[in-house]
Amino acid sequence: MNKHIVVIGAGVAGMEAAGQLSNAGFNVSLVEKDENTGGHLNGWYKLFPDRRRSSEVKDYLDKLINKDGIKVISGTTIEKLVNINGIFSLETREGTEMTADAVVVATGFDLFKSSRKEEYGYGIYDNVITSSDLEEMFRKDKIVLVDGRVPENVGIVHCVGSRDEKVGNLYCSKLCCITAVKQAIEIRELLPETRVFCFYMDMRMGGAHYEEIYREAQEEWGINFIRGKVSEVSESIRKKLIIKAEDTLAGRPLKMELDMLVLMAGMEMSEGGRILAKSAGLETGENRFFASADNHFGSNISNIPGVFYAGTCTAPMNITETISHARATVSDVLNYFKNRS
Amino acid sequence: MSNFGFTISKARIIDYDANDRSIAEYIAEHEPSFRVCIECGCCSATCTTGNFTRFSLRELQIFLKRGENELVRDNIGKCMLCGKCILVCPRGVNTRNVVTLAREAFNKKVKNAV
Repeated sequence: MNKHIVVIGAGVAGMEAAGQLSNAGFNVSLVEKDENTGGHLNGWYKLFPDRRRSSEVKDYLDKLINKDGIKVISGTTIEKLVNINGIFSLETREGTEMTADAVVVATGFDLFKSSRKEEYGYGIYDNVITSSDLEEMFRKDKIVLVDGRVPENVGIVHCVGSRDEKVGNLYCSKLCCITAVKQAIEIRELLPETRVFCFYMDMRMGGAHYEEIYREAQEEWGINFIRGKVSEVSESIRKKLIIKAEDTLAGRPLKMELDMLVLMAGMEMSEGGRILAKSAGLETGENRFFASADNHFGSNISNIPGVFYAGTCTAPMNITETISHARATVSDVLNYFKNRS
Repeated sequence: MSNFGFTISKARIIDYDANDRSIAEYIAEHEPSFRVCIECGCCSATCTTGNFTRFSLRELQIFLKRGENELVRDNIGKCMLCGKCILVCPRGVNTRNVVTLAREAFNKKVKNAV
């Protein structure tokens, strides 16, 4: 079997798909826009549910793609994709071309740009940060305010850029709730004197072990959960952040002074994915992610025969789901060639 | 008759079957976005009226949906229609129109609106 498959995107989904396609006997080119493989995995320090280091997963994926049948082409962005008599021609932004017998799109997601929710003051107030900024602090083992002090009170805002018609994202990003709980615990671990408050609309603890971690956060780490979406943030003269919410369970408006506010940025269809969707004629859904051929038994299949999807380019997914989804692509690719021969 | 100090308390229970939800139905019919509230409380957090009086649009909406209309009737007049709640609502509920329609429904005495 000397079929050549191009996998677009070398994040978790792309690397897993490339590795498994190679194991199945295909020649694989793994194309990545950045200089390094790994995608968002590189920005995360420890992962839920077990708080293992993200580098462990990266090591597994590196090993998986480090073989003769896989050519990694980094620093290259695929912008055009055309099917000519069953052979795909791919054009890069850099002006090069390649051909493939089948294509796996694994263009992933972009984190929601939190500055778009202006009322939360990201990019305006120094100590309003995002979940991804906080991971950067965890990596350095140090959580400090801009002036170098240790925060005494930290707030976490769920659903930033998710479930929000005002930014055009009606869907739930699904991972932010558990990320909030994980990060709340990690803050308390590093700073035992610091109080942490999670402002949520619903606690969506649907994944394996999530609910147990939520309970642990209450029981062992004393995290405070307040049911109400933060409506606005302002800064006091003493540089404290003042947040307003309704404590909906108490039925009263609530204000609180915080030193640091962490915004749980949601997931959006990646910019690279959007460009590719447009140029290749790949269908997208109302949520702007790629639309799968069937929600139940065709989630890896696109509207173009021979083009397949893997991972979060189709919907928000955690790493476990992404790896399973990427593996499932291989069986659809095998069926595609079997039916053609 | 002597007063023994006993009274009969009105049941606190929401009697869903007996309650009249016609006002909520009237609002939903004229402003369908009324249906999609998820009770996040953004509207009431940002509300100036709610900061000083017992007025929570989130609470009033859920009371209407359960047919507990009295509290709404007594408080719906407090809204100043400034519309800040519309700006923060993540569900795109036209909250100002909800208030206007609720007032209208009470005035029209929709069905047997309290």
